[in-house]
Amino acid sequence: MAFLRRFGFALGLPLVLFALWWVTSANSTNFYFPPLSLILDSLVAEWFGPRLADDVLPSLMRLAAGYAIAAVVGITLGVLIGTYKRLRDLLEPVLEFFRAIPPPVIVPILMLIFGIENTMKIVVIAFGCMWPILLNTAEGVRAVDSVLSDTARTYRISGAARLRYLILPSASPQMAAGLRQGLSVAIILMVISELFAASDGLGFAIVQAQRSFAIPEMWAGMIMLGLLGFLLSLLFRLVENRWLAWYHGLRRAQRAG
Amino acid sequence: MLEVNGVKKVYEGKSRTVEAVRNLTFTLQEGEFACLVGPSGSGKTTLLKIMSGLLDPTEGEVLLNGKKVDGPPPGMAIVFQEYGRSLFPWMSVRDNVELPLKQKKVAAARRKELVDESIAAVGLADVHSAYPWQLSGGMQQRVAIARAIAYEPQVLLMDEPFAAVDAQTRADLEDLVRDLWHRFQVTTLFVTHDIDESVYLGQRVIVLSSSPTVIRDDVAIDLPDERNQLHTRSSPRFAELRARVFEQIHRPKEETPGAVDPHAPAVIGQN
Repeated sequence: MAFLRRFGFALGLPLVLFALWWVTSANSTNFYFPPLSLILDSLVAEWFGPRLADDVLPSLMRLAAGYAIAAVVGITLGVLIGTYKRLRDLLEPVLEFFRAIPPPVIVPILMLIFGIENTMKIVVIAFGCMWPILLNTAEGVRAVDSVLSDTARTYRISGAARLRYLILPSASPQMAAGLRQGLSVAIILMVISELFAASDGLGFAIVQAQRSFAIPEMWAGMIMLGLLGFLLSLLFRLVENRWLAWYHGLRRAQRAG
Repeated sequence: MLEVNGVKKVYEGKSRTVEAVRNLTFTLQEGEFACLVGPSGSGKTTLLKIMSGLLDPTEGEVLLNGKKVDGPPPGMAIVFQEYGRSLFPWMSVRDNVELPLKQKKVAAARRKELVDESIAAVGLADVHSAYPWQLSGGMQQRVAIARAIAYEPQVLLMDEPFAAVDAQTRADLEDLVRDLWHRFQVTTLFVTHDIDESVYLGQRVIVLSSSPTVIRDDVAIDLPDERNQLHTRSSPRFAELRARVFEQIHRPKEETPGAVDPHAPAVIGQN
């Protein structure tokens, strides 16, 4: 019962908004705001049709590649920077500078270097979403509890074992926060990297639809993007809940005690 | 087997230097159970960290079996006061106990034996797969003790391990520690600020002054080995010993700062 109520509560507002859009747009003759029924037709026919393989899939592949690179590089550098104070002091100003650059502006530069193919887009995604992952990981590594660290030292847990059993798990909640932020940045950059110059992809298809006045298809593309982002963050939550079950339990125990 | 020779620790701050530990010398014999008691802020934790190699002394040295301690030596286990922060919250009770043994390269079969035995010894045989934070404070400290015992240390250091648990749990844990000491014969140094606890637990009480720390007294506890919360604590001899420790701790510092405590050198290392 409680589950149903929660489910109904979560689903309530989306349903209301959907109904509102449906009703208000039903008899619309405005070219730019077509009826929702038309948009949904196009969503099913185009986006769940040929475009799924032609545009959505390439976008998702690039997203996955860029995100994976960012995760590996961000976590590795984050652990190093969090561990060694000297390295942190050395790199901090540079990192702050690079982090301050809005990733979309590097698209033109990367186009010169890598062309307009997949490499450029993957690099843009990786470059942009690496920062939250890197900085959060470094912060998490720095914040390892001193008693836990002393405990590990007295039991002579050092080197790789220290990394595996102490540093990484201890930093994992912060790491997850960085990865979550990184994911939403990655989705944004996935679209942006396709707006400038591309031959396929979600961003490309939406712009293409807009330029050729295929307005329902453009709207449908945006719904598709929204759905994708929603599904990805749902997926992330599922993975995180399993990965950090101990952390959520610990937090609940601390709040209760 | 464990010698503390003229240990001194001065913390150098930016604007001032703090002398936490002035001059400490004592020796623990093999298999001995000693308590270190001193007022709050008497540098007990500093001393323990130096003994365990987590901190370097400014002067003096610590020898374990004749070998100088620099960095955590093998064969030493510590139980910290903050049980909630010394167990790995991402590992089950069993994994927590087992991890140091893996690190020590104990063979899997022997590891299982040690883990089972030590978890059973602290009375937690039914919570192997629980996470530490699912347990009460007293049970968490039992896990930390089980981990220390399973490690088969030559020396067990305990830093006010029961300061954060309630009175009843504390009495139970005190008896547990005595049981374990009888059973495993580990040389144990138990640090506490509780006078009763120090007299009840050990064979010997080393009394520290407030900071900068020196040794005030070194009292042999000649209570019968068979102890019991009710009878031992109400015996006349317990009261006498307790009074002696109490007096030493609360004796005002009559000597001028910097002077050597007149009582300390006479009793050091008698045991």
